This record gives sequence, C-alpha cells and structure tokens, in this order.
Amino acid sequence: MSRAAAFYRPNRPLLVYAVLYLAFLYAPVALLPVFSFNDSIYAAFPLQGFTTQWYADMFADEAMHGALWNSVKVGAVAAVFATILGVFGAKAITRFRIRGVKPVLGVIMLPLVIPPVIMGVALLVLLSQSGVQLSLITVTIGHILICVPFSIVTLMASFEGFDKSMEEAAADLGDNSWWAFWRVTFPMVFPGILASLLLCFTISFDEFIMAFFLAGTEQTLPIFIYGQLRFPQRLPGVLALGAMILTATFVIVFLAQWLRGRSPGVAQSGSE
Amino acid sequence: MADSASLSGPAPAASASRSAGLARTFRRSETLRGYALLSPTLLVMALAMAAPTAMTVALSFFIQTGFEIEATFSLQNYQKVFTNPIFEALFYRTLWISGTCALATVLIAYPMAYYVAFHVHRRKLVWVILMTLPFWTSYLLRVFAWKVVLGYNGAINSGLMSLGLISEPLEFLLYSPEAVIITLAHAWAAFAILPIYVSLEKIDKSLLEAAADLGDGPMARFFRVTLPLSMPGVVAALFLIFIPTFGDFVTPALVGGPDGLMLANIVQKLFGKLNDWPLGSALSISMMAVVTCLCLAILWLSRKAKERLI
Amino acid sequence: MAGDDSYLRIERVTKRFGAVVAVDAVDISIGAGEFFSLLGPSGCGKTTLLRMLAGFETPDEGEVYIDGQPVSGQPPHLRPTNMVFQNYAIFPHLNVARNVAYGLRKEKLPRQEEDRRVEEALEMVKLGGYGDRRSNELSGGQRQRVALARALIRRPKVLLLDEPLGALDKKLREDMQIELRQLQQSLGITFVFVTHDQEEAMTLSDRIAVMADGRALQVASPKEVYNRPTSITVADFIGQMNFFEARVSETAGEEAVLDAAGFGRMRAKLGGAALQPGASIVAALRPEKLTLSPARSDGAANAVEGVLEAAAYLGDRSHFHVRVAGLERPVAVAAQDWAVGGGDGLDEGAPVWLTWDNDSVILLESERR
Repeated sequence: MSRAAAFYRPNRPLLVYAVLYLAFLYAPVALLPVFSFNDSIYAAFPLQGFTTQWYADMFADEAMHGALWNSVKVGAVAAVFATILGVFGAKAITRFRIRGVKPVLGVIMLPLVIPPVIMGVALLVLLSQSGVQLSLITVTIGHILICVPFSIVTLMASFEGFDKSMEEAAADLGDNSWWAFWRVTFPMVFPGILASLLLCFTISFDEFIMAFFLAGTEQTLPIFIYGQLRFPQRLPGVLALGAMILTATFVIVFLAQWLRGRSPGVAQSGSE
Repeated sequence: MADSASLSGPAPAASASRSAGLARTFRRSETLRGYALLSPTLLVMALAMAAPTAMTVALSFFIQTGFEIEATFSLQNYQKVFTNPIFEALFYRTLWISGTCALATVLIAYPMAYYVAFHVHRRKLVWVILMTLPFWTSYLLRVFAWKVVLGYNGAINSGLMSLGLISEPLEFLLYSPEAVIITLAHAWAAFAILPIYVSLEKIDKSLLEAAADLGDGPMARFFRVTLPLSMPGVVAALFLIFIPTFGDFVTPALVGGPDGLMLANIVQKLFGKLNDWPLGSALSISMMAVVTCLCLAILWLSRKAKERLI
Repeated sequence: MAGDDSYLRIERVTKRFGAVVAVDAVDISIGAGEFFSLLGPSGCGKTTLLRMLAGFETPDEGEVYIDGQPVSGQPPHLRPTNMVFQNYAIFPHLNVARNVAYGLRKEKLPRQEEDRRVEEALEMVKLGGYGDRRSNELSGGQRQRVALARALIRRPKVLLLDEPLGALDKKLREDMQIELRQLQQSLGITFVFVTHDQEEAMTLSDRIAVMADGRALQVASPKEVYNRPTSITVADFIGQMNFFEARVSETAGEEAVLDAAGFGRMRAKLGGAALQPGASIVAALRPEKLTLSPARSDGAANAVEGVLEAAAYLGDRSHFHVRVAGLERPVAVAAQDWAVGGGDGLDEGAPVWLTWDNDSVILLESERR
C-alpha cells in the first residue's frame, strides 16, 4: 500500500485542473437558479435583489401546466416500455454467449450516435407518409427509441453482477424460467430496473429535438421552453422553470445512480 | 450436426423426432436461446430504425412542387445537395465546428479522466457521478444557460463590466462558431469523459510499475504506456461527439447566429418553413452517408496507425 | 454397498463444447443410497457431468436414467434431483427461512406446515432457530448448511454436490465431511459429490469415479482405487506412487518375474492379469510399501541397494528419497519412523537397502505419460 501511495502520489496541478473542469461543467448551469431569484428582467450582473415573483408567474401559467403534464405522461410511458425492452436486451446479452451478437448490438445501440435530427426527421417522414396523426403518442415512440440503449446499458450493469447460479438454483428447486425470473432475478435486479425507469424518464422529460419534430400541435415542456425563448420578457420565467427542472433532474439522477450502486451483484462483488 | 442420430430415424417417427430434435438443439444452443430472448428488443429497434430510413430514402428521390409531393424518381434533390455552394460552405463549416468540438472536448476531458482514474482513491464513484451528472440535465437548458453566460447582456459581459474591466460588452462572445463550439464542448463532455475514464481505469497498474522498473520516468511512462493503452477510449470519445454534433441544430439556432448555422438547421427549415421534405430527406441522408464514410476512414486510419506502431 | 446398482445410470454420455470434448462416453451406474464421488483434476469434466445430471447441460449423446426413467428431455425444474452449488447460490434478497422454503412453492403447503418443514430442515443441518437471519449475515459454513437444507427439503431422489466444501478452511472442511457423511447415512439419499480433493473423496465415498480428460478411468471403492489402480493416470492422481519401466521376463503361476531397469529382477504378484513374457509394462510401488534399512535383510521378495539422497521429517511420518543406480528419478519412500535402523537416523549420502513384498507391486499397462 505504501509503495502504491508513493507511486501514485496526489498530483496537485491535476487536482486544480479537475476542480476548474468541474467549475466549467457546473457554473453555467448553476447560473440559472442564481438569476431566477434576481429581481430583474435581464440575466445580468450585478444582482438586483431577491424575488420569487418569476416562480409565482410560472406556476400561474396554464400553458406550462399542460406542457408539464404532457411531458410527465410521455416520460412515464416511454420509461416503462424502454425498460421492458431493455430487460429483454440486457438479460439476453449478459446471460447467453451469443455468436455474432456484436453487430446486432450495434443496431440496438445506434440511436446513441445517430444525430437526433436525422432520427426525428426520418420518423416524421414515415409517420406522416403512412397517415399517422402527430401526437404525444408519436413523441413517445420516438423517445422509447432513444431510451432503449440507455436502459440496456444501465441494466447490463445489474445483470452482469448477477450470479448465473442463482437462476440455476431456482430451476433446481423447481421453478421454470418464468417463475425463476419473478422470484429471483427480478427482485435481485430491481434496483437496476428502478434506475433504468428513472433515467429513461429523465431523458424523455428533457428531450427536445425528437419532440420538436413529432409532437405536431401538442406541447411538451422542452417545446414550451423553446417557444418562450423567443420572447425576451419571458426570460426570467424560463430561468425559474429551468432551475426547478434542473433541481428535480439532479435529485432523480442521483437517486438512480445510488440505486444502481445498490444492485445486489455490485454490492456483493464489493464486499467479497 | 450431433442430431444426425435423431434425424435419421425411421420415416413414420421422423416428424416427431425432428421436432424433438429441434427442441433439443434449441435447448442446447446458447446462441439460439440468446437470440430468442433478444428478439423483442431487436425487432422493435431494427424496425424502428429501418422503416423510417427506408421511407426517407424513398422520399429523397421524389420532387416537391408547391404543396404536393410528386412520386416520380429523380436525382434532382441530390444534385441540389451536392452542387449548391451554400450547402458546400455549410458542410465545411459543420465539419469544422463538430471536428474542432470533438478534438477540444477530448483534449480537455483527458486530464480530468486521468486524474480520477489514477489519483482519486477514495470516493471514486462520487467523482464519476459528479463528472457525468450535468449530462443528464436538459440539453436545451444547458444550451440556454450558455446563452445566459455569453449573451450581450449576459453573465460574462455584465460581470466584467460591473468589475470595471471592460466598458463595452464583448460582442464576439455570442452568435459565432466559437460560441457553438464552447457550448457543444460543454454539452457533450460526459461522452468524452466516460469512455476515456473507462479505458484508463482498465489499465493494469502493474504495467506502469513495470515501465518504471525498466527505467521510464513519469513522462515516458505516460507516452509509452498510458496513452497508447487509452487510445480506444479516445477514439470512441471522438466518434461519440463528432457524430451527434454534426447533426445538431439546437445549439447553432440558440447561440450560433447567422455565422454559426450548420447543416442540420437547413434540414430543420426544409421540414418546417421552407416545406421541401424531399430535399430535406436528401440532405439528411447525404449527411448520414458522409458521416459514415468519414468515420470509416478515421477508423481505418487509426487501425493503420496502430499496425505501424506495433 | 447398495443392493441395486443402477438407481442412477449414466449411459455413454458425451458432451462437447465446440471442438472440446468435455465428457467422453462416460458409463457409470450408481446404487440407491450410495455416496458416490466424481474425482478428478479441474477440467476433467466432472462438473459438466454433474450439471448434466441436474439438467443444466444436455448430453450430446447418451442418456441418463434416474430410477429407471430417462431424464435428458427434462428441464432442471422437473427433475427429481437437487443441487448444492459450489458458491452455494444463497438468494441474497431472501432470509434463511425463505431460502430453505424456496423449493416448496408447488406443494402449496399451509403456512404452519411449511414453517415446520423449514425448521425441521434447518435442525437437520444444525441451524435450528436461524430462520430469520439475513443471508449476508452467514459465515461460509452456515451458507453451506443453508444450501444443503434448501436442497434436502425437497426430498430429492439424488442430491448433487458441486465441490461444496471447497470454499471452507481446512478444519471446518474436515468437520463438515464427517457431518455430511452422517447426514447421508441417516437420510439414505443417493449423493453424487464432485471434488478434486482425493482425501475428501476417500473419506466420504462408498465408491469413486476417477475422471480425467472427460473419461471415467476407474469406478471402484476408495480402497480398491488406492490399492488396485487400473491405470497409470489413476495411480498417479491418487496418493504418491513410484513408477518403473519394466519387461516381463517369465511368468509362473501367480507370480511374474520382471526385468526392471536399475533393479534387475523384480518379483510381482500377477493378480489375475494375463501377461505374456516379453511384454512392456509399468511396475508401480506405493512409498509406504517400501522398507528402508541400513543393511540388507533377508526374507523380502525384492531388494535393491541405493544411496539416501534426501530425508524430510513430517511428524506422523517421514519421507525419504533414495537414489538407485540406473534410475532417472530417485525412489520415494515413506516410513512411520524417522530413525530408520535405530539411533538418530541415517545421514544423507549413506548407503541403504530397499525391500518390498511381491504383492506390493502393481502392474500397469504402459501408456504415454
């Protein structure tokens, strides 16, 4: 240990760099809540004084309520479907040695790298050419598509730590694979499934580009925000709304990561 | 193969033994069982990717006249895409912006990932979550935040002015290609950090001790062991940033101004106000094709470079 | 041991993984109530064979019969077998009682009856009152007992154990061996036990199958496997053994005279083997069957002179290496006494004599080693 400590001794310049980097990551985002309480229509220094007026205005906005409710609905449905598909995918990949699975996996993971504009446009073309009315349902379909890769990656961490002999023990004790899944696999990877649901909800809730193309006349919260940005006098309201969304997202994501760290497989390999 | 015994049974029993044989083959083959379990996800995803792409390709060969789309085969849209000087100029700008952005993001992320991989020993998970947390927040809000930071009346200008360092707002901050690059580099930071961090974390620490034992100092160790072994993560990070930023339209629309517009803004306009879906389809298909070719070329080059080194 | 020798019948079972033949045409019959061990080095196919009995692997060829019924078509959850896994596979999300009760789902017992069965099973493995413990509060030995109770509560026809003692330390392992054996005898259930530890196999088993390279080389009682190994591989794997290349020079009745390099003539009991003069064989000798003495003593059938090369005192016994002219390797000798021939023992380099009886010599077919 002492040798390792001497070999990898703390590196002060790098530590400074790391702190600066985190500042770069967080400072712009942190400005939103700061200015949201600022008693000025401009997001500018020096700060003018404390106010909660912008929050009050935003809470009173009926259009915001509608958009928020739409986003929650889309996010919840997309998260459930993406996680179901993710469970199949992650389970198959981690449980079996599948020949030729890499290119197949590539297809499933494609939405991670395809520019969302192109996916959004392509879905728009398909849906409108086949006469489907654009609605929240079409947005949900698009969101499921981009959530599945994230769900698989999240769940794979849980399934990988999952000892295969647990399922074999269940089978040995008289359960067919359906019962073994519900009595052993599901409870053991439940934290991972919850994490996947939370992360997929977050992704869908924050997603703008696909929703922009596929929502038709409906509004989700990001579309509502984008619309508000055209009016300078609405800026403080957007700051207030943005600050709230950021806070909620941080809490949800932190919870999800914490749950992921609590997966039984992860915990076990950590303690033994 | 091994089922020849059950398959070559007497004729009347053939079908029964065949189905039993198939069931047996299925139970025995991990690949088959794996694909069976994977099939719902795979089918949904493949269909959801292939069908829209096919439809877009088809549409790109049609022609828009007024509000109607003529279903006749024509290469006219592609001709426009590849000969129009505006598209060409936008293409080079897009390439420059997303290329620079990918390189810059990887460069500034590398020391951070290196620090966490090699110098953080306690609470590593906290650092990893800290590095990736902003990624999960709304993309739109992060871009909007930069508009607040860089704007004419934004945080930087007003801050510097209230400190008395400048008397006039700096105009070049917002609405420029540089603003787009900074914003994108911030937005995609997690895509650089994670793959690089993972590839650094995987490096067996005893390799570095061996290099030290064989006479390498810290710098030599880094360039001869750490960097080469982390290259897969670096290349992955470059791709993961270059490809999506090549097709981004929110950032240029919000902080790019007229000089910061990119190809995807045109796509969005063609599907919106300009209402020429076939041309928009041709443009987005061309973008995909060009990006794919570029990536394959980079991949091939990095393979070659690797062979050279070894 | 048991009257019926074919309660569990493994018939020409073969299993391949790609090009690797993990189990190669194995034939074994196990009697009802027998404690049977599959013994062999890692990679010999013993675990694969066990997993085929449990139903986790399907044989490519051959069939397994349990109580007369072919089981290859049956998935694990329908088989009358239960398994104690190598890592025990204790469900971490369930407490001890729920783990043990896991396999009772289909019996749909009333809660009280189920609790009674669980407590009974726990008491059987000396864990009475542990039902409410969380599974991560258990020690290695306790996990092993829970795994045993969980498997036995289903009253399997055959209990399969995959190196269940491998993760325990030496002292605990020896205690568990005795308990396991007592448990098996009181329940009368057929046990199939996989291990790479020959002492463990010999302590526990009624019979042992010694496996190597996917084949069952010898199936016999521990005594027979030790004293009458049928191949060089088995003789080499079980205990220590000296091997000598030899040629049969003549046979007379029950006795053969061998011509062995370094020894000249060596007398051996034929033991039913039909050997022709001139045949190349390998003569094998256990170290403890050799007697070491400072001077030649009469009476023994065989004797050879050598030089004491090394000696090691192990407490309950001593090991010696004796260099014999004309032999590549020194001869290993084990004796209970350190002071061979009286006094403080022999010095290294001293001339010694080795003697042994003709029925200590095991005659084996020569094969490439």
